[in-house]
Amino acid sequence: MIEHLNWVATYVFVAFFALVTIMGFVAARWRAGDLDQLHEWGLGGRRFGAWISWFLIGGDLYTAYTVIAVPALVYAVGAYGFFAVPYTIIIYPLLFVAFPRLWSVTHRRGYLTAGDFVLGRYGNKWLELAIALTGILATMPYIALQLVGIEKVIQALGFSGEGLASHLPLTIAFVILALYTYKSGLRAPAMIAFVKDIMIYVFVIAAIIIIPAKLGGYGAIFDAAADAFAKKGGATGLTLKPGQIMPYITLAIGSAMALFIYPHALTGILSASSSDAIKRNAIALPAYSLVLGLIGLLGLMGHAAGIVVSNPQDVVPQLFLKMFPDWFAGFSFAAIAIGALVPAAVMSIGAANTFTRNVWKPFVHPAMTGGEEAVLAKLMSLIVKLGALLVILFVPTKFAIDFQLLGGVWMIQCFPAIIFGLYTRWFSGWALLAGWAVGMVVGTYLAWTPGAWVPVHAVFDWFVAYNGLIAVTLNVAISALLSLALRSEAPDATVPDDYLGGRAIQA
Amino acid sequence: MKYLLLLVPCVVALATPLYNTVEPQLFGFPFFFWFQLLLVPLSALFIWAAYLGERRQ
Repeated sequence: MIEHLNWVATYVFVAFFALVTIMGFVAARWRAGDLDQLHEWGLGGRRFGAWISWFLIGGDLYTAYTVIAVPALVYAVGAYGFFAVPYTIIIYPLLFVAFPRLWSVTHRRGYLTAGDFVLGRYGNKWLELAIALTGILATMPYIALQLVGIEKVIQALGFSGEGLASHLPLTIAFVILALYTYKSGLRAPAMIAFVKDIMIYVFVIAAIIIIPAKLGGYGAIFDAAADAFAKKGGATGLTLKPGQIMPYITLAIGSAMALFIYPHALTGILSASSSDAIKRNAIALPAYSLVLGLIGLLGLMGHAAGIVVSNPQDVVPQLFLKMFPDWFAGFSFAAIAIGALVPAAVMSIGAANTFTRNVWKPFVHPAMTGGEEAVLAKLMSLIVKLGALLVILFVPTKFAIDFQLLGGVWMIQCFPAIIFGLYTRWFSGWALLAGWAVGMVVGTYLAWTPGAWVPVHAVFDWFVAYNGLIAVTLNVAISALLSLALRSEAPDATVPDDYLGGRAIQA
Repeated sequence: MKYLLLLVPCVVALATPLYNTVEPQLFGFPFFFWFQLLLVPLSALFIWAAYLGERRQ
């Protein structure tokens, strides 16, 4: 079990893990508020200024799984894996334009989730339920994949075991995470995000300077990767094959539409203290996208370093073990593992807020008080994390990866109701619900093929596009047509001024 | 003006056929890679410009 352990790397790893564990519990007292209220536990009291939000949102969106999966894809196929770069470029103009409006209306009306906003705007609790369940469903596999990130680095430390014992370190890490998230709420990942993000920046800067220096420069790295792809053949290479161009573009657009409506992304944004803090973050957050692009290059460095792995997800850990001294490999692995804790915590909080406000409260117990909401949400955050852990312990990882792929397709189906709703009430709630339902079914159907779940579908021979984008186009068309027929009589709880910033009516 | 500034980085980032080449290389990087990496800080500058423009109004 531990006979092959890399002790130096493990000591460094455990030391950093212990540090963030202490921070997670201490965070309860940071910018203290009444943690028995849901907006305090679940949104940090909306007290995070531009700086804290930058660390929190960056730490929340650029997850450990990303650090493993993007280089894995670049290692496997080359240029195509780089779609993460245009994707993370176009999200920030969208953040700048639309999300200050969402922050403003949620702040003014006391909304905590996308479902709250949709209910207020359209007066339709079934649409609220659809948005809420989609968010929870899409978040579950995402949390599970964070665990995959932790497990990969623990394996790279040399830990091995039979059966359930092989998951022992992961289980311990996750129980600790669950406890301090329960106690401190969003304050815990916000505080840990400082450590996580600084560690990731350090490891990336070291990697892009030291590894090329050892491998003969970037020219040699790209040459070695080109050779490896030439040998491998198929749709691989340092540029896109003609047939990959439309999938590349549509994957970037579709992923960007989905990202900020995931519950964990919204939780990060809505916890900001002002709409100006969000706008300033739209300017500063691309720093993480640059880091993500550089992390993608690690996949190419893997080829130059002669790393051969059967599972591409092992390429980053193996590269670090080979290129760096043990203590720095331990540091980098800790960065990845801590990088999993922040998003996993925020995701479980986002899902818990959503379940409490938009599933339990409207359908089971409408008279809930703020205190009862906080109790339920804390409990839900534990249940959600337990569910993710059980998936990793008992179901093949492939299941979580496929499920996550579908999660993105489903999440986009909420885009029309939420984002269009920030600008107009022309669409009716029932029409949006019908569009959502069609989008969910069509998106899932397109992804299914007899052999595997796939991300893209050939609409015409010459036009292959991301399933989520095809499905949401249909979703918008149906929502628009039905809105013409079914004019909505339901009340709109918001007024135009709510979207424009200004002071809150209620806390 | 604000929307135009924000649109530019999106359009360029999605104009994939324009940058899907190896040449011209820079510091050993194929164009495909260095162009997209360079576009990230440039996009931030465009958003910053939009922000300043909005404040001036």
